[in-house]
Amino acid sequence: MSIEIILIVAMLAVTYLPRMLPFALASRIRLPMWMQEAMSYVPIAVLTVIIVQTSLFKQDQLQLTLTNPYIWAAFAAFVVARIQAKLFITVLSGLIVFFIAKLML
Amino acid sequence: MLPISNAPYRDGAKDTLPLVFAAMPFGLVFGALCQAQGLPDWFTLCLSLFVYAGASQFIAATMLAAGAPVFIITITVFIVNLRHLLYGITLIPLVKQLPLKTRAWMAFFITDETFAVTARHLPGLSQNDEKYAKWLQQYYWGSSTFMYVNWVLCTAVGVLLGNQIPELSHYGLEVAMVVAFIGIVVPALQLPSHWICALVAGISACLTYAWPHKTGLLFSTFMAIAAGMWSQHTLFTQLPNKDPQS
Repeated sequence: MSIEIILIVAMLAVTYLPRMLPFALASRIRLPMWMQEAMSYVPIAVLTVIIVQTSLFKQDQLQLTLTNPYIWAAFAAFVVARIQAKLFITVLSGLIVFFIAKLML
Repeated sequence: MLPISNAPYRDGAKDTLPLVFAAMPFGLVFGALCQAQGLPDWFTLCLSLFVYAGASQFIAATMLAAGAPVFIITITVFIVNLRHLLYGITLIPLVKQLPLKTRAWMAFFITDETFAVTARHLPGLSQNDEKYAKWLQQYYWGSSTFMYVNWVLCTAVGVLLGNQIPELSHYGLEVAMVVAFIGIVVPALQLPSHWICALVAGISACLTYAWPHKTGLLFSTFMAIAAGMWSQHTLFTQLPNKDPQS
């Protein structure tokens, strides 16, 4: 078997397993209260980590400076998302500020 | 929160549209990157078709090109995907009434994006409201199939266009994903403990960025959840608990 097929099968396994396990057991387990509560923090926790690591690190270096256009875009998106709830408006505002910042910096 | 409509599938797809746009450059660049690294086209397409996990696919393609052994690539991908375990546990109330076969199919389509839009509607899911559960299940399918078809198509286009597509990091197109995720996280910050959770997630994300095999993502997630729960039960106990499940 070629290395590509082995890798696809291996990746399918390690990707599908964590996705499937909770759903497979879904009808049999009842989550304790504290765990239900903990799960309500999952979207905020994971997405924030992804946001911060993608926008503050470039070429594996922390870029916590005002010349990093990601910071301007993220700030704009944050403000716009606080004002209104439409995801499209937030994305659009963030992109516009990003490209303006890129042009000017 | 959306009112329950007669077109749940369309609702899910519609709410996911901004995330579909944000994922497009990733799909294109993934296809092009694999092309440029000399990986066979069928392999690239199979990854998107059968693995269907953006971050993991990028990691695999990059590590493979760097000559990393399959075993190490698999371990790293596994660690990166462990967050799906948390997504799955969070979504249990949505799927627990469904037959195993349906659940098995739904599980395949869990992504950051579909989880993020679906999770916003989970608080409305009470034990007895079957109509709402049905609505949200169809909503999930609308979101996930839209993401999936888009991902596979963009990968294919990326492979076709090959090196005509400039490098993602050069133009900074990851920004679309960043601002889309911000648009999802910010409205979710409703309790003071949610802000603590986000703050700890952000700080820990910086401190653990260089950890091997992307272990920092998972570690930071657990730290942030723990900090959020701890603050909810110690610092902010006087506040009315808005969590509808309790």
